[in-house]
Amino acid sequence: MEAAALLEGTAALLPHITVLVTGLVVLVLDLFLPPRGLGQAGSRWATEAVSLVGLALAFACALAQAGDEPRAVFMGMAVVDGLGTFFNAVFVLIAALTVLLSAHYVRREDIRPGEYYALILFATLGFMFVGSSSDLVMMFLAIETFSMATYILAGLLRDTPRSLESAFKYFMLGSFSSAFFLYGIATLYGALGTTNLLALSQAMSAEGTSPLLLMGMGLLIVGLGFKVAVVPFHMWAPDVYEGAPTAVTAFMTAGPKAAAFAALLRVFAQGFGAPAFSEEWVPIFAVLAALTMLLGNIVAIVQQSVKRMLAYSSIAHAGYAFVALVAHNAAGAGSILYYLVAYTFMSLGAFTVLMIVARRDDQRHVFDDYAGLGATNPALAAIMSLFMFALAGFPPTAGFAGKFYVFSAAAQSGYYVLALIGVLTSVISVVYYARVVILMYMHEPDAEAPRIRLAPTSVAALSVTAFGVLYLGIFPGGVMQLAARSVAFLFPG
Amino acid sequence: MEYILAHADYLLPHADGVTPLLTFIIFLPLLGALATLVIPKTEASLIKAVAVFSTMATFLLSLVALSNFDGSTHKMQLAEYHSWIPSIGVAYFLGVDGLSILLVLLTTLLSILVVVCSFNAIHDMQKAYYSCLLFLETGMLGVFLALDFFLFYIFWEIMLVPMYFLIGIWGHGRRLYSAIKFFLYTLFGSVFMLLGILALYFFNSNGDYGTGELTFNILDLINNVRVPTEPIFVGLSAQDLIFLALFLGFAIKVPMFPFHTWLPDAHTDAPTAGSVVLAGVLLKMGTYGFVRFSLPLLPTASHNMVGFMATLAIIGILYGALVAMAQRDMKRLIAYSSVSHMGFLVLGIFALNPEGVTGGVIQMINHGISTGALFLLVGIIYERRHTREIAAFSGLATTVPIFAVFFAITMFSSIGLPGLNGFVGEFLILVGMFKTNVAYAALAALGIILGAAYMLWLYQRTMFGEATTPENQTMKDMNFREIGYMLPLVILMFWIGLYPRPYLNLMRPTVDHYVTQMQERHMAERYDPQRATRQALHDAETDTAVPAEDR
Repeated sequence: MEAAALLEGTAALLPHITVLVTGLVVLVLDLFLPPRGLGQAGSRWATEAVSLVGLALAFACALAQAGDEPRAVFMGMAVVDGLGTFFNAVFVLIAALTVLLSAHYVRREDIRPGEYYALILFATLGFMFVGSSSDLVMMFLAIETFSMATYILAGLLRDTPRSLESAFKYFMLGSFSSAFFLYGIATLYGALGTTNLLALSQAMSAEGTSPLLLMGMGLLIVGLGFKVAVVPFHMWAPDVYEGAPTAVTAFMTAGPKAAAFAALLRVFAQGFGAPAFSEEWVPIFAVLAALTMLLGNIVAIVQQSVKRMLAYSSIAHAGYAFVALVAHNAAGAGSILYYLVAYTFMSLGAFTVLMIVARRDDQRHVFDDYAGLGATNPALAAIMSLFMFALAGFPPTAGFAGKFYVFSAAAQSGYYVLALIGVLTSVISVVYYARVVILMYMHEPDAEAPRIRLAPTSVAALSVTAFGVLYLGIFPGGVMQLAARSVAFLFPG
Repeated sequence: MEYILAHADYLLPHADGVTPLLTFIIFLPLLGALATLVIPKTEASLIKAVAVFSTMATFLLSLVALSNFDGSTHKMQLAEYHSWIPSIGVAYFLGVDGLSILLVLLTTLLSILVVVCSFNAIHDMQKAYYSCLLFLETGMLGVFLALDFFLFYIFWEIMLVPMYFLIGIWGHGRRLYSAIKFFLYTLFGSVFMLLGILALYFFNSNGDYGTGELTFNILDLINNVRVPTEPIFVGLSAQDLIFLALFLGFAIKVPMFPFHTWLPDAHTDAPTAGSVVLAGVLLKMGTYGFVRFSLPLLPTASHNMVGFMATLAIIGILYGALVAMAQRDMKRLIAYSSVSHMGFLVLGIFALNPEGVTGGVIQMINHGISTGALFLLVGIIYERRHTREIAAFSGLATTVPIFAVFFAITMFSSIGLPGLNGFVGEFLILVGMFKTNVAYAALAALGIILGAAYMLWLYQRTMFGEATTPENQTMKDMNFREIGYMLPLVILMFWIGLYPRPYLNLMRPTVDHYVTQMQERHMAERYDPQRATRQALHDAETDTAVPAEDR
């Protein structure tokens, strides 16, 4: 094998490379910048500035690739196509917003910026390769890349038992799911003799289903189900999300989830997309989606901690996006992409508020900590209400447009029952989202609750997410069209 | 603009062709809401001034709309059309016809009154309060003016948020419970309505039942979509199922028995302004939905459901009236009277003839005026006494004579005394229903008697007799501001009662058009000889797997 053949078309990976280089620069920079004392503030700013500039460059590269012809890279291991490019842009956006919202957190909790931002960037690199992989082995490597980074991020607060518990749990169950995924790849290889998704789908069409093939498919569902946290593979999520540092939780609800959906689209919509195979997995996915929506929303009602409530809400939202996967049509695939963008803004925004309200030591997360926020911090309460109503799916926010697309895609494919469960669980979800709003506006504030001062970076993060939530809600057409174009190749004709 | 001119058979633009008058009407209150938010909260009088100014200006604009309105046609007028999300066929599409013009005027008028009536009642968070009221007005106007289902649904849902805050923050009693109950009930209905809308959308996008286009344009759907009437599920056709989905959304809003339980709580615990808007405008959205969507889009299902709808409506009329009689709280009594009166509206609409529907539509306006006025009057009492317990009042006629007169007129208007507005609507509704089904009409007429009983009894207990307690002897009568905001409503009560013709003329062409169109469609669907063949063809097409290249 010649090196030239291996590296052919690598230029198409410019967004990935930019993120990788940025991560390495941040890591190396950390060695030379003063960690303590007078230079500390400067080091933090420098690290954040480098990360943001790198991400902006990567975003620009991803945008420049929009509409390009699909190109295979690394001898067919990876592919740069519409789907991958759209996801690249989403992942870079998630990373940039995370950097923005973490700036305050890093200072408040005294986290070493170098390792923190480098890990965020490496995780993002992992996401991007998941979205661009056209081979299951490549996908596995990419999933491991981002998983390793997020395991460490979850345990970043080394002095807090909860953070450690979160990291340990995440690591154990995450490795477990990776094993399932790997075993699934091995089984498929045994059945068809290849791990390349395109070759797989061709071989399957030629040979038809076999028990071994179905087993491999099932194992992949389990492995990816863990990553998305669909019921019944969700057990780890509430504990991990609750225990992890809040800024990291924000990142985890958006990034790994979107990456897992990218993998699901690649494997199931693209690889197993043919009608003969989709009729095997679509019913399973339908049951998973229904269970996820029901359990996520119902269990969220009884939570005492807003952070844990949002963890369950995140499970529920994965359920909604799953409905679009079940629809298995062009509208459905497009609406998954749209939904992930919408959810990114809503979730990152809400977690930013959580992070701010939690104050030093990241402690104040119960519902009562939000009592009277409308009186003490009107702007923060107003923006939190916006995110809550958006998550509940109210127009004219991104949450409404997202659910609208998802459920209409399901209805289009005739899954009326699933759409019905979806809209009814959305009604249920209002109970717990509205609880936050009730506390903020209709309860007296705690006597000693001081006015919270917002850091400029947090203001920026909140403004961007709030703008995104409203813009995507009022003018959903542009992003929707982009999403539809990105996935058009999955459902030709 | 090109779009409107291309569909001149049912759309008329603004006379000058460019002024987006309806957009101004909808969004002026929102602008006012944003303006109040930037005023410092110490400037309470400036906040109030901005609120009054924006509601007044909106009312004036709606009068301009009325003066530009051609009452001789059923066409949608002052239409505005802009493509919004072309990929799924969503447009920013507004228009007004005989069905909505009066509701728009009612909304803009009541909005001024509720702002003025709140001056002394609300002291906390005034900025947020007035911006909620203005925000609510935008939502309500949007619902009546939207001609695109997507846009309609957005306005329909968005209204819940300010109303929820109004009850939850500035309400009384169990305000949190009532606010969330209102919110969840309405939302529950709305999502079914959304599913119904989606089903219509997909039927239209299927060439067998519609144009094959993806569109949420309400007029296009009314003109094109023909939902099948063959039974598909426990004897119900697709049309019946969609009707029921929309029904849940509208019936909860109306509210019809047995979905009414949120209303007494929400009304009782809301601040006066909230109750007035709720009774005056929000409830009308349900009945408006039935007339605007259910009848023309689902003609056969509407016919099939007459018995069902009339039964629920009559239970609502009688049950609401009986329960109203047993109430000890004035607001709760009026709330139950609303359940009873709204039953009449639904009954009139489902008479499915011009008289009944006209009665239903004019009664929407009348109920908004009378019940709005009743809630304003109770608000006046509550501001003075901080109680609404009927037993706490007696002999008020001697201490507050002006109030007693206003109360008497409003009460008679609500009962339906000839010469006042309520009579016109109830009469038309009963005439309409009498033509359709005598038994229903007779039972409903019983409701009028019960209605007179509980209202007169309320009046007797509070206004007559001796003013025994010192509070009753020293209560202050209405001041100029209060008389000022009651007067327009009382004038309207007499005007519509004595000379309803201009009001009825505004809506007649539209109502006639809607009813005729519905009857024709229903007949066509019932005796369509091609239907069976079309269905058979469709079945054959879906059942046999035809290879793609052969199609």
